[in-house]
Amino acid sequence: MKRLSPFVRGMRDGVPIGLGYLAVSFSLGIAVKNAGMTAWQGFVMSWLGMASAGEYAAIEVIRAGAPYWEMAIITLVTNARYLLMSFALSQRLDPKLGIGHRLLIGYSVTDELFGISIAQETPLVPRYCYGAYLVAIPCWATGTALGVVAGNLLPARIVSALSVALFGMFLAVIVPPAKKNRIVGLFVLLGFGASFAASRLPWISSLSSGTRTILLTVLLAAAAAALFPIREDADE
Amino acid sequence: MNNVWIYLAVMFGVVYAVRVLPLLIRKPIRSRFLRSFLYYVPYITLAVMTVPSIFEVTQSPIAGAAALVVGIVAAWLGAGLFPVALCCCGVVFLLELFLIP
Repeated sequence: MKRLSPFVRGMRDGVPIGLGYLAVSFSLGIAVKNAGMTAWQGFVMSWLGMASAGEYAAIEVIRAGAPYWEMAIITLVTNARYLLMSFALSQRLDPKLGIGHRLLIGYSVTDELFGISIAQETPLVPRYCYGAYLVAIPCWATGTALGVVAGNLLPARIVSALSVALFGMFLAVIVPPAKKNRIVGLFVLLGFGASFAASRLPWISSLSSGTRTILLTVLLAAAAAALFPIREDADE
Repeated sequence: MNNVWIYLAVMFGVVYAVRVLPLLIRKPIRSRFLRSFLYYVPYITLAVMTVPSIFEVTQSPIAGAAALVVGIVAAWLGAGLFPVALCCCGVVFLLELFLIP
């Protein structure tokens, strides 16, 4: 059997990811519409952002009409995990790999695309990533635009059901590590509780949801890091 | 309301920097505190963004709460990204058939 080229393998592995993206970004599109943005703006946002949590937080910032610096900080906080993933990925690249390839690979480090890339042999062949990106990115952007457009056409109960898809995806990311690591589990629960309380308590509930997300994340993660530092050999 | 395109430009500038800088700078992070902090941030921020928003995006907050429980259970049992999302959507749809006549 002829071995597939890395590019074609990347495209093949990108298909299931793209299908999942299409569905979840539809839910993101509903949020885009609720923020008063157009389908085209949603399309561009997703094409550039390639992030579920990060874009969702960005939509909240736009909806609130918050200052631009808040967009910068919330984007930094909600996408901080990509910093870690890219560090891990950088160890898998050929040290001689040129800057052009590095700039392109960095474009779309997401949970899922990172997942399939890290599962490849070292050194990672950039064309594998490009194949997967070429399938996944258009799906993510198109799904968002469809969500904006079809959010108007679908009955309210369908929109209501679809709008939790995004949170389902968040849960699928946080629960498995919370199950494996009790400290992560504890802080996920604290995050739920603190965030709920913060939305009800005086003063703090008057802050925008973006500011609350930054405050709570930094406070809780700093507490976790100070009280329960990770083992030096734990990379992920 | 400020300009959406400027918001998007700021978002892209930051998210791209976050992804690409580690690929360019090859030095590993040494500070144990910083490494631990970066390790915990993604899980905590996703938890904070899920609650209470999941109760607020559905027509009935009870359906949103049920989606939270079902999503946690499905992910705990090992379901992947897409199946968990589907389970959450399904439970909201079914519950709201009764809760919202």
